Amino acid sequence: MSSRDLVMARVRRALADVPRAETPSEVAVERTYLRRHGDRTPAETADLLAENLADYRAVVHRTHTAALPALIARLLTARNATTVVVPPGLPADWLSATDIRRIPDTADLTPHDLDAVSSVVTGCAVAIAETGTVVLDASPDQGRRRITLVPDHHICVIRVPAQVVDSVPEALERLDPARPQTWISGPSATSDIELDRVEGVHGPRTLEVVLVTED
Amino acid sequence: MSGPGHATYLGMPAFPKAADTSTRDTQLRANLRHATHTIRAKRATAVAELDDWGKLRAAGAAIKDRTLRHLDHYLEQLERSVTAAGGQVHWAADADEANRIVTELVRATGEREVVKVKSMATQEIGLNHALAAAGITAYETDLAELIVQLGDDLPSHILVPAIHRNRAEIRDIFAAKMARWGRPAPDNLTDAPADLAEAARLHLREKFLNAKVGVSGANFMVAETGTLVVVESEGNGRMCLTLPETLISVVGIEKVVPTFQDLEVFLQLLPRSSTAERMNPYTSTWTGTTDDDGPRTFHLVLLDNGRTDTLADTVGRQALRCIRCSACLNVCPVYERAGGHAYGSAYPGPIGAILTPQLRGTQSELDASLPYASSLCGACYEVCPVAIDIPEVLVHLRERVVEGGPVSVRGTRTVIKPAKGHAAERAAMRAARWALDHPGVLRTGQRLASRTRRFHPRRLPGPGRAWSDTRELPTVPAESFRDWWQRTRATNDRSTP
Repeated sequence: MSSRDLVMARVRRALADVPRAETPSEVAVERTYLRRHGDRTPAETADLLAENLADYRAVVHRTHTAALPALIARLLTARNATTVVVPPGLPADWLSATDIRRIPDTADLTPHDLDAVSSVVTGCAVAIAETGTVVLDASPDQGRRRITLVPDHHICVIRVPAQVVDSVPEALERLDPARPQTWISGPSATSDIELDRVEGVHGPRTLEVVLVTED
Repeated sequence: MSGPGHATYLGMPAFPKAADTSTRDTQLRANLRHATHTIRAKRATAVAELDDWGKLRAAGAAIKDRTLRHLDHYLEQLERSVTAAGGQVHWAADADEANRIVTELVRATGEREVVKVKSMATQEIGLNHALAAAGITAYETDLAELIVQLGDDLPSHILVPAIHRNRAEIRDIFAAKMARWGRPAPDNLTDAPADLAEAARLHLREKFLNAKVGVSGANFMVAETGTLVVVESEGNGRMCLTLPETLISVVGIEKVVPTFQDLEVFLQLLPRSSTAERMNPYTSTWTGTTDDDGPRTFHLVLLDNGRTDTLADTVGRQALRCIRCSACLNVCPVYERAGGHAYGSAYPGPIGAILTPQLRGTQSELDASLPYASSLCGACYEVCPVAIDIPEVLVHLRERVVEGGPVSVRGTRTVIKPAKGHAAERAAMRAARWALDHPGVLRTGQRLASRTRRFHPRRLPGPGRAWSDTRELPTVPAESFRDWWQRTRATNDRSTP
């Protein structure tokens, strides 16, 4: 007997008390929990997102579409960045105000190559106000998962209000499980020393989030 | 390279003995008290932010119950989904088989080193030890697991395996041991948490960048889509899940949830219960493999190792709802004082006291002692995000230990004998039942006890000695209640018409 058959047979024997005719959907799951916690205007939702991101030590900037390239250029200069990884589908004008050397996100870029890069600029799939979370799903404006992991400085642009939702349930509705996702809530952190939170371990130690309002 | 020796839980003493030692360790008690009290207050605040916590908790429990009652259905669905998405599914009936599968998979890559994300399942099966025996070095990359590994120590907490270490001890371990495993700790390393985190970052970076094989567990597996979820803080998880060419995930069969939508419940319950955050810094989800992004090969090893035996117990199976948040450890007065090592398994605290004796059975002295490692205060049940009635299961398992009875052992129904060491307790209970059934005997006994009360010892002799080690014997009154009633009331009652 294969281990698969063995384990499945054990499972079925263990569930001898479950009536044979019972279907999974007959086991009641009451979804009476809230779809979102509170009613907010889009502006209030964006404010809450900014507040919660900052609470977990992301650096939050707010701007509008026309001023975005200048802001990104300023942030890269402030870091003394010399190179920036660029996902293939990043809107061209986002980096139009900087002449920092661009490293395209390609399949042959090794982890060591990425370790030598200063910064990365991406868009996002959705952002969650109640938890201060940005979700990346490896779409063309976000690139492969590793480009937002190895460099020490990540600039993530969120379109407001289009990409902002209130809650976790609302975010999942928008996401495609087939795409690899990275949910980011502040820069990397640890609670492993005396259960006290310290920011900055293996992921980018500086996370700058730009909330950009469409003109 | 030669790693340090590998500590295991084998041959550890029963809980009372281990706790007797650990409770005398004032440094350990101070470390645990500080850490658990810090997180307790934070958790309460994080939970209070959500008005619908009770409903989320009920939904979490219900989703897990639905899954467990139809686990065969969901496992088959999961296998199909993962396979369709490009993953390869393996089944392991026990720890040895899981270790064998992982060892073979690593060997097949030609690599001798793997990077690991913190995982309870691989801790439970002793994977690092098995890999070492095959000449493969597993590098733990979670900060607390790194502290444990460098210190040749055992984890003592589900979320923070090095909770028993304070910052000064961690500094000393890093300074002394990092060089043996790779990049040494920086000179003049201080015990500031930020400096310690930086030292770990530098030490592990080369390992991540060179890693060809990653080993992980998973917090959730979605049957419908084949999606796996890892919830973490440091980014070491992302490193292990995305940089290597091969990813091997070892996951207990109870970690499956039916739908992607179900994550909306657990991704709210888990972070707030665990690290007391609105959301943990990083959550990764992956469905099989993705072209040119992340590992090219993905293996999922589904682990039984006593889970089906736990499932067979209709009272005890609720322990399989556990999402490993560790909230029950942080509120437990017994855990706070005894520490995690006294529980003798990868799963310490209240959840360990009900999970370990079910996964491993109650035949060893240690495992039979675990259901007693509780004051039954119920704080664990109150904070559990999936409403596991831990006190109920503890009492149920105590009955099993004392009385024996039908259980499932490696999938076979069998009847176990009462555990040794409870014969005196059973004899006392039988005598009490007989006396309570015979009023004349009870009366005579009570009078005898009252008359001899000046000669009663402070401590019980013989098998009762252990019981009175930590308890005062009750004082026998000069007169029993029945005699007092007869003397003061009986005559009056009869004279009243």
